[in-house]
Amino acid sequence: MTKPWISLSGIGAFAVLLLGVAPFVLTDHWLNNLGKYCCWAIAAVGIGLAWGRGGMLVMGQGVFFALGAYSMAMHLTLETAGDRIPGFMVLYDPLAPLPAFWEPFRSAGFTLLAIVVLPVVLAGVLGYALFKRRVKGAYFAILTQALAVALAILISSTIRETGGDTGLSDFKYFFGYVLNDPANKLMVYLIAAGLLVVCLLAVWQLYRSRFGELLVATRDAEERVRFLGYDPANVKLVAFVVSALMASIGGAMFVPIVGIITPAEIGAAASIMMIAGVAFGGRASLFGPALGAMAVGWGQSSLGSTWPEGWTYILGLLFVVVILFLPNGLSSLPARIAAARRKPDPQPTPAAPAAAVLEEVRS
Amino acid sequence: MHVDALIAPLLNGSAQGALLLLAALGLSLTFGQMGVINMAHGEFLMIGAFAAYLVQQVITASDLSIPVALPVAFVVAGLFGLLLEVTIIQWMYRRPLDTLLVTVGVGLILQQAALQIFPSQGVPVEKPGWLDGQLNILGYEWPLRQLFTILLATVCVAALSAWLKYTSFGRRIRATVHNRDLAETSGISTRTVDRLTFFTGSGLAGVAGVAASLIGGTNSQMGAQYIIPAFLVVAAGGIGQLKGTIIAAWAVGVALSYFAYWTTGSLAQVLAFILVIVFLQLRPQGLFTVRTRSLA
Amino acid sequence: MSTTSKRLRTLMATGAIGTSMALVLAGCGAKAGEETAASAASPAASCVDTSGSTVKLGFLNSLTGGMAISEKTVSNVLHMAADEINAAGGILGKKIEYIQEDGATDWPTFAEKTEKLLTQDCVAAIFGGWTSSSRKAVKPVVEKNNGLFFYPVQYEGLESSPNIYYTGATTNQQIIPAMDFLASQGVKKLFLAGSDYVFPRTANAIIKLYAAKLGIEIVGEEYVPLDKDDWTSQVAKIVAAKPDFIFNTINGSSNVGFIKAYYDAGLTAATTPIISVSIAEEEAPAMGHEVSGQYASWNYFQSLKTETNPKFIESWKAYPSSSGVTSDPMEAAYISMYLYKALVEAAGSFDVDAVNAAAKKNTITFDAPEGKVTLDGENHHISKPGHIGKINSSNQFDIVWASDKFIEPDPYLEGYDWFPADIRKQLVDAAG
Repeated sequence: MTKPWISLSGIGAFAVLLLGVAPFVLTDHWLNNLGKYCCWAIAAVGIGLAWGRGGMLVMGQGVFFALGAYSMAMHLTLETAGDRIPGFMVLYDPLAPLPAFWEPFRSAGFTLLAIVVLPVVLAGVLGYALFKRRVKGAYFAILTQALAVALAILISSTIRETGGDTGLSDFKYFFGYVLNDPANKLMVYLIAAGLLVVCLLAVWQLYRSRFGELLVATRDAEERVRFLGYDPANVKLVAFVVSALMASIGGAMFVPIVGIITPAEIGAAASIMMIAGVAFGGRASLFGPALGAMAVGWGQSSLGSTWPEGWTYILGLLFVVVILFLPNGLSSLPARIAAARRKPDPQPTPAAPAAAVLEEVRS
Repeated sequence: MHVDALIAPLLNGSAQGALLLLAALGLSLTFGQMGVINMAHGEFLMIGAFAAYLVQQVITASDLSIPVALPVAFVVAGLFGLLLEVTIIQWMYRRPLDTLLVTVGVGLILQQAALQIFPSQGVPVEKPGWLDGQLNILGYEWPLRQLFTILLATVCVAALSAWLKYTSFGRRIRATVHNRDLAETSGISTRTVDRLTFFTGSGLAGVAGVAASLIGGTNSQMGAQYIIPAFLVVAAGGIGQLKGTIIAAWAVGVALSYFAYWTTGSLAQVLAFILVIVFLQLRPQGLFTVRTRSLA
Repeated sequence: MSTTSKRLRTLMATGAIGTSMALVLAGCGAKAGEETAASAASPAASCVDTSGSTVKLGFLNSLTGGMAISEKTVSNVLHMAADEINAAGGILGKKIEYIQEDGATDWPTFAEKTEKLLTQDCVAAIFGGWTSSSRKAVKPVVEKNNGLFFYPVQYEGLESSPNIYYTGATTNQQIIPAMDFLASQGVKKLFLAGSDYVFPRTANAIIKLYAAKLGIEIVGEEYVPLDKDDWTSQVAKIVAAKPDFIFNTINGSSNVGFIKAYYDAGLTAATTPIISVSIAEEEAPAMGHEVSGQYASWNYFQSLKTETNPKFIESWKAYPSSSGVTSDPMEAAYISMYLYKALVEAAGSFDVDAVNAAAKKNTITFDAPEGKVTLDGENHHISKPGHIGKINSSNQFDIVWASDKFIEPDPYLEGYDWFPADIRKQLVDAAG
């Protein structure tokens, strides 16, 4: 257990970099990109909690990302359209009214509430059903992934209601602020970066609480936790709901920053990309998921530009090499190097969670 | 409503289910028997389809090339699977969830490689002439190609279950699945068993790829559409249960087809997914369970 | 647990306060209703620098992901056209220096890369895009930054932007000629098959309106998600509906699955022909022999006998990454580069406003492989000939129908009385 002030000062330094330094040194374009990475990082922090600490491979975070993103996008679309019906709806059925489920999103308060409540309720119901029935491992991963695929197809096929594959875009206002104004763009960035810092603080606190220890215990030996009188389902449920909430917040901020949301951002590939960053950075560490997600986002923006085909190979290799040799991500590299220096170790030691999974599968 | 309006989705759906079964059969070995979550299985399917195309470049008569392509695709995809097992998977048997992520990476690489090696628009795989035509069933003109998919799936299932049940190798596989340590103590080389199982599972994806190349496009993206449905089918059927996989694949295919008939093609996909997800919530162990405390 | 959650709450509160402070500090930007010329309406000043001996242009195509199968070729043709122009002395004496970006088949990436090309690389214009979704992602960004975007693919119309030039067909240059052709063939019952996204949905909405006017009955309409190949269930419905003709707006490799299922079910070009708007010389080979005898509506075919077409085909065949065949979107991409050259030379400047002014003031033309096309300076589309081709066994198209003259672009279908005025008005309002 590291001393709390180390982690806290780390978060502090991170906050200063994001909120204090970045806006002054980065161009508008890169600041906006950084804002986008922050949104993915917010979702990644949640994945770190659920997967890294809780052992639940959440492959469908796109679903919760979508809840936040589409709630926000519907509100911004209505704000832009004013009294009119959004343009994309007109052609398919020019005289029909606004779909009923859009109506409440006119209200800013309702939208903010929906961004928080919708993922909590959905993750709560879903998690309750799954964890009480002790669904875990690959089953849980594939089920959540299937949900993301289903939602992406549903949105793609309901063009008039959701904008379909094209998605929702062209937002002019953000809760009354003109989005094109650079000052407001900066504000949106600062909110996203601020929320990322808040999420880091929240998981930092969760990790050092008794809940955090229970969560890790549940990951490593669920049966033993159960014998000790705790219900592992409840422990997992809380982690899953918090991670869903974070994905939703990330999604909500993605919309004003990137200016467009489409089903491709929430489907199978997008959900896996969210995990890529977490795996890369270090699933169980505090900063690993956020930094990993930002690194993958940056790689996509920069390497994807200079060498697009190569980037796909690099991304693929990243998955293979990191998972194979560094299951705890880059953040475990210093410790490994230190260990290797102390004593040459020809036999790679299995990762911490491995023993538990072994018990799960081979028994 | 005519009889053929009711019978058509049933027959079409059975063929769709058969293709799904072919895609899932290999997974039921690698995932069901070995616990490896191979997300590159869809790309092995793609490799099978490209193998069929390459065979057709050598044997131009499509009447002959497809029967030749089936074993070729099996071996080629199987060898890719073996390569994956030897280089990566063998180090990861104790971390099954991590195999999922590693193979996602492998899938990405294979897709991009296919995009750069073959014409980006994809390649044609010609259907053999003896599959032209339809069979009249209660007034519905049922395409022969669909019957072929069903027969192919039947043959693969029969061969696989006979192999598992009657050969000594099959017995060794089953012994290893039930109790790896005991199998090893009894003198079974579990390493060889793992390799051969992975070879066979991947090879079956190759066979599925040949069937898929007769149904849709043969291009770098083709595998992606099969992977999640195939995993759902294996999960819904129950881990390590061939009969469960068969029933689940057929049920999903038929449901998909009836949904498509009653609603739209997109909505049918959504409904079929939700159906399986709800089923797995109600019965997470799948249709049938094997007597081990396994993944579920 | 209670002390922990108390601490947690304190922390959360601190975070929330911090965030809201940041919000207050930064929130001095313009609010809705108080937009001034300085804040929202005026775009950022252009950073394009053409003082040197080169001009930077951006190419934005999906080189990875699902659409790479179509967009790679467009990217190659753009490179070829730029090389040709450079070999002939460049634009206004300046060599083209192009920056290729990957849209990665992801619409937010298209938006991000557009922003990057305009504000980081400071390109004078961007060429590319394929799907309507990619164009709709690029549109707000080029408009905000007052950039230029040249879009080379046929699309569903009902759009115009001062910052976009469309060198592919709008509906009245492809969909409507196709419908006229069907009417001339005596088609009475039509089935609509498409991929589930904006182009087929919009195109079919227009087709249904026009079909009503032509007295053609629509006997069915089916959509399948873009990335799904299996059309068997939908083809069974087509068989049951017994149409005279099928109007195909399917995009990408899903077309292969459609043609195979169609052929499996015993449908043939002799009994139930298909007219497509997304199958060209590039796509046909991947479909095998099943596709021959089917029709396609395009403006350009490789088999067109025009003065400039042989040269275009020859240069493409000689190009290193060539596939050997030319197609309509490739030709439209080729046009876009030369159209830009003509525009800049007419304006005498690379400045966006000057280019747009020149488009309005002058008659900009280009001797394209499809014939001499003329730019409409108001709606930024070009005139195009309508052609219907029939696929032969070598995957080329035999021209079976041609419009009697070049069709003037009419994206909002203002010249067509069957298109409801109230929809047009609502669309224009929503766009503005």
